Amino acid sequence: MKVTLHVWRQAGPTAPGRFVRYDMTDVSPDMSFLEMLDVLNQQLIARREEPIAFDHDCREGICGACGMVINGRPHGPQRATTACQLHMRTFPDGADLWIEPWRARAFPLIKDLVVDRGAFDRIVQAGGFITVRTGSAPEANAIPVPKRDADLAMDAAACIGCGACVAACPNASAMLFVAAKVSHLGLLPQGQPERSARVVNLVAQMDAEGFGACTNHGECMAACPKEISIDFIARLNRDYIKAAISHRQG
Amino acid sequence: MTPLVAAHAPATPRLVRSLIGKKVIMAVTGVILLLFVIAHLLGNLKVFQGAEHFNAYAAGLRTLGAPFFPRGLLLWVARIVLVGAVCAHIWAAIAVTRASWSARPVGYHGLEAVETTYAARTMRWGGVIIAVYLIYHLLDFTFGRVNPSFVPGDVYHNVIASFRVWPVSAAYVVAMVVVGLHVYHGLWSAFQTLGLNRPPTFRWRRGVAGTVAGLIAVGYISIPVAVLAGILR
Ligand code: HEM
Ligand code: SF4
Ligand code: FES
Repeated sequence: MKVTLHVWRQAGPTAPGRFVRYDMTDVSPDMSFLEMLDVLNQQLIARREEPIAFDHDCREGICGACGMVINGRPHGPQRATTACQLHMRTFPDGADLWIEPWRARAFPLIKDLVVDRGAFDRIVQAGGFITVRTGSAPEANAIPVPKRDADLAMDAAACIGCGACVAACPNASAMLFVAAKVSHLGLLPQGQPERSARVVNLVAQMDAEGFGACTNHGECMAACPKEISIDFIARLNRDYIKAAISHRQG
Repeated sequence: MTPLVAAHAPATPRLVRSLIGKKVIMAVTGVILLLFVIAHLLGNLKVFQGAEHFNAYAAGLRTLGAPFFPRGLLLWVARIVLVGAVCAHIWAAIAVTRASWSARPVGYHGLEAVETTYAARTMRWGGVIIAVYLIYHLLDFTFGRVNPSFVPGDVYHNVIASFRVWPVSAAYVVAMVVVGLHVYHGLWSAFQTLGLNRPPTFRWRRGVAGTVAGLIAVGYISIPVAVLAGILR
């Protein structure tokens, strides 16, 4: 199949950027989107041009490294699918594809389609962990967890930190990511000791990173490759309100 | 690394500083305004009972709580709460809007809307329209400055006189559609912001918000329509 790409090219954080057009022929419908970009990069290298920089690692939809906005949709048009798991057969022959990086002040652009998602790491460092007793592993069944809580916690833990929620949000808000991190630990008995400090500190760090304010559009949920529900945002708000009132310091 | 517990308690409370807190202020004040909008509608619908009933209702508001409270006291308390709620609501709206606008300095070639609604996308400009409308509304019926023939105390007359002017009625209808849209997303959104959305709520809150918003818009719009149609004269 044939596709026409319009790729955002920007040499560095402060360099001016623009869309560059690439016409591709002989694209296999069974290629993944990233494989298609690999082929293009081989051609660019053969022509002694700078290849397109984009993030990727596992290429099996579990690491959260890949991510680009394809025709106005983070990770492309297919629901619950990362860019690396997207296949060219999703698109019609002759498709026009606009490819851009995540756009958010908190995700500064490094090069082409690569942005710095360190803001997410700093949010997790602010309290996205639990205190554990080191030494021998505890008996796995010593702490009972209700089935419903275990399931919900797993749903939240599915977040791979890709940042598509921020990219899709009209406000560039990170609420879905933070909600997933807060809920995943806050739902489990092991997460209780730091529960209120965690939500307060994660939210403070989220604001400090310069993300916008959620206005409940729900675009994050539609873009999320792990289909994290905005129910978790309500849970985050609930936890935050409780903690902000009762948690004394911070 | 950020310590789990910081040493100093900052001066401003967390609920005022954080963006979530500002949304909570917006939701709480929005619900206060919504309760007012519903009570105000129930009162206004008495216009259909005729001049005598309607004027008596308006006068009765001044003696609300009698004989326990002095004349006009509760009305003034309500006014102060409402003015406070409007100010806090707009202040928080401006604060979160500015945060969101600065959160994406470089925009997209195109970002496709998938999940959002027209109501959600028009909250900000809708809010501005409501604020402008509110000022006109007060000048018209409360202060009588822009009313075609204001008679203090004859509320029924003032309403009919104003709505007979069709551009006034038309503007009122538009404003009430905007209020309906704002309330639809606002109420739905407030469930979320206040953390009241637990799994079963998720299924019915859109319906509840839509019904409340629809009833409010239709209820308010019925009055100018009845005046123009000659049902209220
Ligand atoms: C009739 C009067 C009004 C009522 C009943 C009302 C009600 C509400 C409610 C219930 C919310 C939900 C808060 C949340 O997201 O949790 C809201 C949000 C909002 N309101 Fe109002 N409001 C009114 C007037 C205004 C005015 C005058 C403005 C601005 C000048 C305004 C601007 C906003 C904005 C920007 C939001 C946030 C939008 C969002 O969350 O998507 N509102 N309102
Ligand atoms: S919530 Fe979804 S979209 Fe957001 S970072 Fe996690 S996996 Fe990605
Ligand atoms: S490369 Fe790991 S999720 Fe796409």
